[in-house]
Amino acid sequence: MKKEDIQDIMIDLKDIKVSFGEQEILKGLNLFIRDGEFITLLGPSGCGKTTLLRCIAGFLTPDSGDIIFDGKRINDVPAHKRQVNTVFQNYALFPHLNVYDNIAFGLKQKKMPKQEIKKTVEEMLALVNLKGFEKRNVASLSGGQQQRVSIARALAVQPRVLLLDEPLAALDLKLRKDMQVELKNIQQRLGITFIFVTHDQEEALSMSDTIVVMNEGHIQQIGTPIDIYNEPKNAFVADFIGESNILDGIMLEDYSVRFQGIEFECVDKGFKKDEPVDVVIRPEDVDIVPKEEGMLVGEVTSVTFKGVHYEIIVDIDGFKWMIQTTDYSAVGDVIGILIKPEEIHVMKKSKYSGLYGDYSSFSEEFEEMSDPEAVLEEGDTTGGSLS
Amino acid sequence: MKKNAIKARLLSAPYLVWAAIFVVAPMGMVVYYAFTDRSGAFTLDNVLSLSAYGPALWRSVSYAAVATLFCLLIAYPLAYIMYRSSASAQRLLMMLCMLPMWMNFLIRTYSWIAILAKTGLLNQIFNAFGVGPFRFINTPAAVILGMVYNFLPYMIMPIYSVMSKLNYNLIEAAEDLGCNGGQVLRRVILPLTMPGVLSGITMVFVPSVSTFYISQKLGGGKFFLIGDSIEMQFQSAYNYNLGAALSLVLMLMIVVCMIVMNHFAADEEAMLP
Repeated sequence: MKKEDIQDIMIDLKDIKVSFGEQEILKGLNLFIRDGEFITLLGPSGCGKTTLLRCIAGFLTPDSGDIIFDGKRINDVPAHKRQVNTVFQNYALFPHLNVYDNIAFGLKQKKMPKQEIKKTVEEMLALVNLKGFEKRNVASLSGGQQQRVSIARALAVQPRVLLLDEPLAALDLKLRKDMQVELKNIQQRLGITFIFVTHDQEEALSMSDTIVVMNEGHIQQIGTPIDIYNEPKNAFVADFIGESNILDGIMLEDYSVRFQGIEFECVDKGFKKDEPVDVVIRPEDVDIVPKEEGMLVGEVTSVTFKGVHYEIIVDIDGFKWMIQTTDYSAVGDVIGILIKPEEIHVMKKSKYSGLYGDYSSFSEEFEEMSDPEAVLEEGDTTGGSLS
Repeated sequence: MKKNAIKARLLSAPYLVWAAIFVVAPMGMVVYYAFTDRSGAFTLDNVLSLSAYGPALWRSVSYAAVATLFCLLIAYPLAYIMYRSSASAQRLLMMLCMLPMWMNFLIRTYSWIAILAKTGLLNQIFNAFGVGPFRFINTPAAVILGMVYNFLPYMIMPIYSVMSKLNYNLIEAAEDLGCNGGQVLRRVILPLTMPGVLSGITMVFVPSVSTFYISQKLGGGKFFLIGDSIEMQFQSAYNYNLGAALSLVLMLMIVVCMIVMNHFAADEEAMLP
């Protein structure tokens, strides 16, 4: 899809660059966002996703590049004159105002008549399921309720675009899941553009129309959740979204790739003859069979019960595969594996190739320790998630 | 449980003794002296003769009010600038605010004489430009200047300490909802820093209204404040009873002032988490 074909571009970001001192945060970023789209900026902390959001909100002016909003350049338009509103990660509710006055804050600023303000606030409270909370002190609300008030406050002024900066990061898992569904519903009902920032890939996959995967100030991939998951562009995206076995391979010819010393049939084409590639196979796409029938054979080195499935690590010629299966195998079993052609995804080599090895050092505890989000971001409850 | 309660009370005993000796006893003495004559007999004469000090009392209150207002006008923007500065700049500015307090109060006030006097620094500068000399010293303005200079840190500190706890996201949220700079100040920053403003007002007004040295040195003794009158009764007239009566009036005034301020502060705090 070419950009020129799209009539309803809401925000167009052209070559956005932002540096803090010596540190380049955004390194020439291009992105367009359609009207009415639920778009998610996804990436590890420090990838520049929040910085990009702050540029759109008007809290930060990029060093260079253009921010086009509805056809007009808005780089120099101050935050209070932009038709975008933000839901902050820490809610940023005004502690000196009650729920009603918090939601009415932007409406009073617009000099809306009292009757209309009252009506709008009531509508907004109904929208976020907080009817009857008007007189409550915001400090007396739970985290989830505060977040709803903050969403209602931002939506009350009828923004064209709502910016959400990790709004669910501080909520517990159950509440977070509920809020994901609710946010998606609200977005569909109002039909406005949501730009959602998160480092939680599961959240991104379940809510978004479009996911923008970012790392080190660059966009790694833009696509629908299904595209991003099934057709990752490089090893970084493959590793960041979901679990993946990433192997070194050689593309022998179209529809034929060799890895682990064996030739596999696949569905990818368009590579040079004998081009070195990265091969991605998702843990749930591997079938376990008796060793005689296996394309590859290895020994089970670890089994973890995950509820829905077992997560087993299989050592095949020194490469530790992760496989998710509902069939139990014991540690020490020798098993065979089968991989269907359509489950093999071939990617061009990138600077991320080889960074993500096998699962030889894999353990829950280790993952937690090596996950920068778990250390850097307070209130983060995604430590145990797939990342 | 009960044992612990007794222990807790025992721990507070030293403070209670301290308070009894240094707070309650002197106040009792003031009340006693105010309602007795030199021989120790009960009398209302001291209290009844206070009307003569009406002008001094009025002057004290009005000067203190003006000084407090100026302190507020200087301290609030300064505290805001400190809040918006980098951490190192904040430390430097805080240090500069505190620096004069390392000097003795009397010396600080004396140094203003050198600046404001007829042949002082300020007039020398004006003289160099061929204007003046102006009369700075021995004016009400000089007295108020002395108060502002001496008590300004007591206004900056409480405002800054409340402001520094202000979450910057709140300011961004207000901008996001359509407030320009002035509106952010009026609708978010001012209401949220009001507790600091109120305690700053109390902390400046109370010492200003009872000060006694500044007016003598910078006002040339022409603008007697209530504090000066009290000092005179004790130091030169040796009329402890009248001095005590004057002190009592001043104390009552300060108590009333603090009750009013606390009432406002309680209203503010009820809204805060």
